[in-house]
Amino acid sequence: MLNITNSVKEEELTVALEGRLDTTTAPQLEDSLHASLEGTEKLVFDLEKLQYISSAGLRVLLSAQKMMNKKSGMVIRNASDEVREIFEVTGFSDILTIED
Amino acid sequence: MRELRNVAKLDNLDEVIAFVEEQLEEHDCPPKLVIQINIAVEEIYVNIAHYAYTPEIGEAVVQTEFSEDPSGITITFIDSGKPFDPLAKPDPDVTLPAEERQIGGLGIYMVKKSMDDVQYERKDGKNILTITKRW
Repeated sequence: MLNITNSVKEEELTVALEGRLDTTTAPQLEDSLHASLEGTEKLVFDLEKLQYISSAGLRVLLSAQKMMNKKSGMVIRNASDEVREIFEVTGFSDILTIED
Repeated sequence: MRELRNVAKLDNLDEVIAFVEEQLEEHDCPPKLVIQINIAVEEIYVNIAHYAYTPEIGEAVVQTEFSEDPSGITITFIDSGKPFDPLAKPDPDVTLPAEERQIGGLGIYMVKKSMDDVQYERKDGKNILTITKRW
C-alpha cells in the first residue's frame, strides 16, 4: 500500500510517500507525478514514512529525476536508513540529491 | 518446509510477500532484514510473473525453510517456464549518470547484494532459484 500526499508551494511540489513503493504501487506514483509535474519547477520527495522501495520504485524516481534535470531539480528528504542503503547499493545516491 | 503455489502473476505478489513475511516474524527476523527479504522476494517473483511463461500463464512455487544457529531462511522459487538464469546477466553499471542509466537487471542486482547466497539451477524442465539470508 502507498499513500501519496502532494503539497504545492508556488512552483515547488512536495510529494510525501507513506508505505511501500513497489511493483504494485509504483504505477500510482507514476500517474500522480504525470498529472502534477507540468507546472512544477522543483520537486521534493519526503520519504520519512516510506518503508521500502524496490527496483520498480527506483525506476519512477529515475524518470522523475531525468525530468527535473531539465528544470530546477529534485531533492530527496528524510529517507530511512533502509531506504538510504538501497540508494547506496544501486548507485542511486550518486544520481539523486539526498538531504537529511 | 512450507510451500505456497499460485499462478505466476503480479496480482499474487502480495500473497507471496505475506506468506514469507508472516513466517519471518514468527522466527524473530530483525525488521531491517524483513525489508531486505521482502524486496528480494518481490524482485524474483515479479521476474517469474513477467517472463517465465509469457504469453502463456503457469504456476509459481515458493518454498520456505528456516534454520537455527545461525538463524536464517532459505526461500526457493520454482517455475516450469522458459529456461532463464537471472544470475547469468552481467551486473548493471551503477556508476552511470541518470541519463544513461538502465533499470533492467537492477532488481536481481539488489537481490545479489542483499542476500547471503543466491543460486540458480535448471532441473527437470524447471527454473529453481534459491536465496538464503541469515541473522
